[in-house]
Amino acid sequence: MKIVVCMKQVPDSETQIKLAPDGGGVDLHDAQFVVNPYDEFALEEALRLKERFGGEVTVVTMGGDKAKEALRTCLAMGADRGVHLNDPAFAGCDSLGTAGVLAAALRKLEYDLILCGKQAIDDDCMHVGPQLAELLDLPQVCVVNKLSVAEDGTSAVAHRQIEGGSEVVSVTFPAVITCQKGLNEPRYPSLKGIMGAKKKPLDEWRAGELGIDPASVGAGAAAVQIRQFFPPPPRSAGRKIEGDPAHAAKELVRLLREEAKVV
Amino acid sequence: MDYDLPDELKLLQQTIRRVVSEHMIPLEPITPEDEDIPADLRAKLEQMAKDQGLWLLFIPAEYGGAGLSIFGQVIVWEEVSKTVLIPFRKDSIFGPEGCSILFLCNDQQKERYLYPVIRGERVPCFATSEPNAGSDPSAMTTTAVKDGSSYLLNGKKTWVTSGDKADFVQVVAVTDPAKRQRGGITAFLVDMDTPGLTITGKFELMMEDRPNEFTFENCRVPEANILGEIGQGFVISQTWITMGRLRQGAKALGVAQRCLDMAIEYAKHRVTFGKPIATRQAVQFMIADSEVELHAARLMVYHAAQKLDKGEDARHEVYIAKLYANEMVGRVVDRALQIHGAMGLSKELPLERWYRDVRSRRITEGPSEIMRWVIARKLLGRVSD
Repeated sequence: MKIVVCMKQVPDSETQIKLAPDGGGVDLHDAQFVVNPYDEFALEEALRLKERFGGEVTVVTMGGDKAKEALRTCLAMGADRGVHLNDPAFAGCDSLGTAGVLAAALRKLEYDLILCGKQAIDDDCMHVGPQLAELLDLPQVCVVNKLSVAEDGTSAVAHRQIEGGSEVVSVTFPAVITCQKGLNEPRYPSLKGIMGAKKKPLDEWRAGELGIDPASVGAGAAAVQIRQFFPPPPRSAGRKIEGDPAHAAKELVRLLREEAKVV
Repeated sequence: MDYDLPDELKLLQQTIRRVVSEHMIPLEPITPEDEDIPADLRAKLEQMAKDQGLWLLFIPAEYGGAGLSIFGQVIVWEEVSKTVLIPFRKDSIFGPEGCSILFLCNDQQKERYLYPVIRGERVPCFATSEPNAGSDPSAMTTTAVKDGSSYLLNGKKTWVTSGDKADFVQVVAVTDPAKRQRGGITAFLVDMDTPGLTITGKFELMMEDRPNEFTFENCRVPEANILGEIGQGFVISQTWITMGRLRQGAKALGVAQRCLDMAIEYAKHRVTFGKPIATRQAVQFMIADSEVELHAARLMVYHAAQKLDKGEDARHEVYIAKLYANEMVGRVVDRALQIHGAMGLSKELPLERWYRDVRSRRITEGPSEIMRWVIARKLLGRVSD
């Protein structure tokens, strides 16, 4: 089974987010970067399927030079090959632009299944997986927390999380699945994997190699423009309800009903 | 000297960091202070390390281990020392560590000592200090006298870490009183059940370690149990202690980094007189000094490790790193505890335990004064005597 995992390098969730002084972006100068945690679920699922069916796991990422570190991490975890979509023209892509670049890369790759994280933890858009499926004209199942692949490896039953329950979907391959927490427990890179990661193939593809006109991607071509970043307003101090518990409970319910209007 | 970690070590560092923060730090508040973590917990953590392919990190590839460079081992020690979960003198969860001189075993000895240690079947300990000979091996009085095809050992050894948990001891004794440390000291492998070897003491200390005293009384050890060559014992114990000093330096880095991180976090959130204490210059200076000293210590430890990896004599660099890193960590823990105020005294946080533990590190594996003396002796030559 040939599986492609789409991965994004994101700032570590423990990084302190600082806004650039002009409000035009986030200052990531001091940030530590990691593999997007939802993409780790995708990679882990891919590696387990490879262990079951054999085949090859390729990880594709779009990003600057630094993103190569995240690809190496994926190779150390057990992926067979990395593809780095790295071109200054890609900078500033919106989600559709990113999906377009990924789709161009996937047209050059063989695959039975495409696995993505359900979202990246930096911009939290949840767009790229579904957009990619549309661009490649593939079936998609999003926010999957259980995946049962058929014995012959050509279809699957996927459980996707919906409000208040789960939806069970059967899907034939090739398809795009976006992965949710709970799907599996991602492994750490093993020492053998770490030491061997450098010897695995890691290709770098630029716009030209993907047949992409540089003017058609990146910040200039983005349909979505981010106008401003600003921090959420500081939380105001809480209110303390004094008095005996019975009275305080009544007062709390009254406030929830009359002021907060939530009950 | 390359100031950047190679890519592999960066990845190893990130991986061990995740294991520590996801599987070890969350257990900190519930572990009672003891010589080691509970056996079932250790078994569980070690199984996880095995399952994840992070096992035998301190064993060369030729013995089935990871074959990490010394620099790589330093990175692992630094990361794993960021949790107070595992007592300082115990092996981490990534496989046995006390093997550095067992690699000198001959083939027959390897079957009985080295391989069982790697497999986790036998526990070693190391005995060199004596009641009247710690940093001064020339005062060593434990003797090994040849008697037929064996040696009779007599004398006392003290401060033997994990002595009562061990299956055998790596012990050094005087075989030629005329030569002493210049070829008159020999290392032996002695099974703990050998007649004439008794554990005669166990010391309660200010940290978790509960070392033992051993007494040898006409303890008969076969010639075949000599480790290395006759007269090589002093060199062997220097090898052991050089690695021990480097390890102690590396472990100081992790403790200091965690304490500094905790101090920064606390200073940002602790409000007094209407402002976070991070706005006070007194607190800022404590944090800045800790960062500067930690950075300096890290470069020293990494440099010593890189030099050892090149096969060069790095004893001087190891003295420097051991001295500075262990004095540094004392100051950093002290400042972090001060920034935390009364919370720093609480057993809910690792700080007070580290505060007691790091004090011991200016004494163990060679006290700071001995480090200064050997550094000065190299610089000044004979005049310093």
